[in-house]
Amino acid sequence: MLRKTFENEIQQVKDDVLVLGSMVEQAILGSVEALKKRDIKASEKIFEEDKEINKKRFDIENKLMVLIATQQPMAHDLRLLASCMEIISELERMGDYAKGIANINIRMGDAPLLKPLIDVPRMANKGVDMLHRALTAFINEDVETAKSIPVEDDEVDALYNQVYRELMTFVIADPKTIERANWLLWVAHNLERFADRVTNICERTIFIATGEMTEIKSTDDEFWRQQQQKK
Amino acid sequence: MAQPLPNQEKARYVLEVKDLSIFYGDFRAVTSVNVPVHRHMITAIIGPSGCGKSTLLRAFNRMNELVIGTSIEGEVLFEGENLFDPAVDPVEVRYRIGMVFQKPNPFPKSIYENIAWGARIHGYKGNMDELVESCLRQAALWDEVKDILKQSGLAISGGQQQRLCIARALAVQPEVILMDEPASALDPIATLKIEELMQELKKNYTIVIVTHNMQQAARASDYTAMMMLSANGERSGTVIEFDQTNRIFTNPRDKRTEDYVTGRFG
Repeated sequence: MLRKTFENEIQQVKDDVLVLGSMVEQAILGSVEALKKRDIKASEKIFEEDKEINKKRFDIENKLMVLIATQQPMAHDLRLLASCMEIISELERMGDYAKGIANINIRMGDAPLLKPLIDVPRMANKGVDMLHRALTAFINEDVETAKSIPVEDDEVDALYNQVYRELMTFVIADPKTIERANWLLWVAHNLERFADRVTNICERTIFIATGEMTEIKSTDDEFWRQQQQKK
Repeated sequence: MAQPLPNQEKARYVLEVKDLSIFYGDFRAVTSVNVPVHRHMITAIIGPSGCGKSTLLRAFNRMNELVIGTSIEGEVLFEGENLFDPAVDPVEVRYRIGMVFQKPNPFPKSIYENIAWGARIHGYKGNMDELVESCLRQAALWDEVKDILKQSGLAISGGQQQRLCIARALAVQPEVILMDEPASALDPIATLKIEELMQELKKNYTIVIVTHNMQQAARASDYTAMMMLSANGERSGTVIEFDQTNRIFTNPRDKRTEDYVTGRFG
């Protein structure tokens, strides 16, 4: 077959994207688990391992550059390689959220959690589940799945709002809890953003398969628009 | 307020190929081509070897009929008028629609005469020195040859010879310039010079280029026609997709175009 070497190299890049994705999945689940257990050593490890994620991203980026320069990809190949560039950047940023959560656990020191973590791990599990399926859809160029996943972001948003309201009740009852509430709110916000970025990956998958640049409507926008109207 | 549509069309397209088939004897080399050539744009014709790209290009200035036994069906409208109308003089067509070939083919005359000769035969009565300079300038060759105009056109480099051939085509003030693989015999630098030149020339002329080099089509053209042999065993070439070049190289509609531009067919 013509271009066998090139196709092998493309396959290699796709595999690398999956490896990066699973590094990010592990990091985000690990960061929440460590917070839940107040395991500072585990968080320090995750904080350090973010460097590995960054390095992996730059390695893939470099491979992509070389492929673009040497193989002059066109049409579907071009869309795939250009989109990989975008996807690895999303994944790297998603890894930063895990690092951020690890950092919060480290900075909390001896302070106990304001409340047991219930919804926060749910957000992490849901986000990682969405990412995992988004990456599978990316590999299979499965447009239908890529279109269906962003809708699930509503669940993560709902959990975030729940966490927010719950933390506010603590703050209202006792303003001295502000700092500890803020830490957890920060964690939840990171997880909310994590899930948002899954949508961007799904948009790229649709672009690779169809060539159409579509922006999948975020329900966040709708939420804020409604808030605005209430005023 | 309604403008008659034909006039608008005429303004937009210099050439319009309508259901054109080209035969060498009984053999149908090109089948049912319909493509427009946009004014002041560069249109590339791409496709695998033997699919009829050059045959189609040569129909645009009636060069095919120099080969005994060729015939056509359909029409090619040039400024709205059928090129193959019996009343049309093919020699006049070739003045208005010039051609540059794969291998540079300057006349075995001086650089100056290469340009002046055609213009003189065509009845040019103006200042010949000015015309020669103007054509050489437009072909981005003047600075390189202005001191050696009396030297043979064959004494300069291949890239310069090709630009001389372009200058020669310009001397009779054509509207369209056809280029058949104009850079395939040139090195990469000379190739890029030709491509840059095409971008300058399209301000005043319309260009149609046949090229095997897909990167060249992608870099240099505005519209692309993708040709391929029909699958019905007749082995006749036809245009399977015509679109803006950006679209052809990022998101073609036809699977065969996709396979060709990504290098999986050829």
